[in-house]
Amino acid sequence: MSTGPAPKATTPGEPAKPVLEVKDLQVHYGTPRRRRPALRGVSLSVAPGETVGIIGETGSGKSTFARAALGLVRASAGSVVVDGEDVSAYGARQWRALRRRGVIQYVFQDPLRSLDPDLTIEASLAEPLLVRGDSREEAARRVRAFLARVHLSEDLLDRLPGELSGGQRQRVAVARALVTEPRLVILDEPVSALDSANRVQILRILEELRDDGVALVFISHDLGSVAGIADRIAVLYQGELVEVGAAGDVIGRPRHPYTRLLVRSAPTLHSAPADRAERAALRALLNA
Amino acid sequence: MTTLSEKILTEAESEIESEAESQAEIEESTEPGPGHPAEQPSPVLAVRDVRISDRAGDREIVHGVSFTLTPGSAVGIVGESGSGKTLTCRAALGILPAHFEITGGSVEIDGNDIAGLSPTRWTDLRGATISAVFQDPASYLNPSIRVGAQIAEVLRVKKGLKRRAAHRRAIELLRVVHLRDPELVHAQYPHELSGGMLQRVLIAVAIAAGPRILIADEATTALDVTVQAEILDLLADLRERTGLALVVVSHDLAVVAQLCDEVLVMRRGEVVEQGPTRDVLHHPRHEYTRLLIAEHEQYGLEKFLAPAPEEDA
Repeated sequence: MSTGPAPKATTPGEPAKPVLEVKDLQVHYGTPRRRRPALRGVSLSVAPGETVGIIGETGSGKSTFARAALGLVRASAGSVVVDGEDVSAYGARQWRALRRRGVIQYVFQDPLRSLDPDLTIEASLAEPLLVRGDSREEAARRVRAFLARVHLSEDLLDRLPGELSGGQRQRVAVARALVTEPRLVILDEPVSALDSANRVQILRILEELRDDGVALVFISHDLGSVAGIADRIAVLYQGELVEVGAAGDVIGRPRHPYTRLLVRSAPTLHSAPADRAERAALRALLNA
Repeated sequence: MTTLSEKILTEAESEIESEAESQAEIEESTEPGPGHPAEQPSPVLAVRDVRISDRAGDREIVHGVSFTLTPGSAVGIVGESGSGKTLTCRAALGILPAHFEITGGSVEIDGNDIAGLSPTRWTDLRGATISAVFQDPASYLNPSIRVGAQIAEVLRVKKGLKRRAAHRRAIELLRVVHLRDPELVHAQYPHELSGGMLQRVLIAVAIAAGPRILIADEATTALDVTVQAEILDLLADLRERTGLALVVVSHDLAVVAQLCDEVLVMRRGEVVEQGPTRDVLHHPRHEYTRLLIAEHEQYGLEKFLAPAPEEDA
């Protein structure tokens, strides 16, 4: 079923067709009379094989972005194009069909949300393949291959999610997202619930995926986790995308005051006393 | 009568159990911790070669921790869960769980050896001399009582303030912790406040009786990055303005480094490295410290940010 080598990120001269193209996306929550905007016109595109980090804090709209891209919340305006297919007006049935093809996959913060607690690891991993129409033998073969890819032993195949450690569970969730060889994986806070050693392990696996040409959208409140692996970083603040750029530029030369505050707030080994005064000034600026 | 600050401390006990459990599986490390740091004049807190054992399993869990805090200084303890950092703090606060005890070394709070303290003396010291904030601020507040009344209770019991004075002082304290609208927050219930605001309220409670030592145990761990920085800046500010001495406990070396003059790196109950923050960051000697630094350099902002110049010769 393999479709040959995955496309690498293209050179700036010849842009490839994006795997995800979001234009002027608006999402509102609440009742019709009291609508609260969660996303206020966000545009972002992700090229094949590209890793885009979306940084945002509580209430920034970052999870809403993930949900809108996966068809889990309804946009009030704007368009979402997944792998060339305009899904903006898709109903539940069309979304299911799209997800069933396995082009776009997801990993959430809590792996227990993406893994059925009553299914063995093997059954969980095989499910998306069987849904797609693979034979049982083919599915079993791929399940083992992808388990190895997330550095997990085959001994875990007949266990239940509850019998695994948090780090192992999250690696299973990543493997499950990968078995259909998606072109795009959306990860919403994939390492936030993990301790440092497991966090590094997941980030290493994501790095390997990136090198294999899978496009990743890595959503997190933690600039540090994203900085290590993202090609580009987008900063969401109060439902707006305030800055997008190459990871090194966004972190090394942030332009928007909120991005500057984020960068200066992230604890680093080189935090200087001068950062405190700068943070105070930026907070005053943003609150004004 | 238990005040909020005591309730905070006693409720925190339950969190230690898991730390002790995870240590039970770990064999004792062979490497001894470094020796005592140089003594400084008139410490407010002196922890000397403290060893903590679990009587239930007859095992030593913390194998000798030493540090001293002078007024306005800050010591950081970094380590993963199960390293013994939280137990060490609880020992200094006199709130070790029932089957844990200090089996070696000594703790002196403002000149008082805690070994001989009566429960009444402990009640006097907690809040008034040594205080603490922990990770989950919401769980230490009564959800059905307005925030201001809960701070005022501490002030009435610990400082003997009358109703009106306690009310005024509570609002002042909310201002001290940089809450933007102290009067409004005073009249609000805990559920109406964000995590960062709640942690400020807890800091206000912790400093209400004017302690000389504040222990912050993973106090910013669950917060957004910018909110974490606000809380850390607030602690730095309190330290500078009031001479409050800090013990900052975190799993993140960078959090501790940002605030502290001295760092202890703990692993499996051992202090594997201890020294001035700058030395530990620039010349880590222990393999584990090097690992913590490498994690930041590989998966952190560090690779995009120019390192601060090493100031000393």
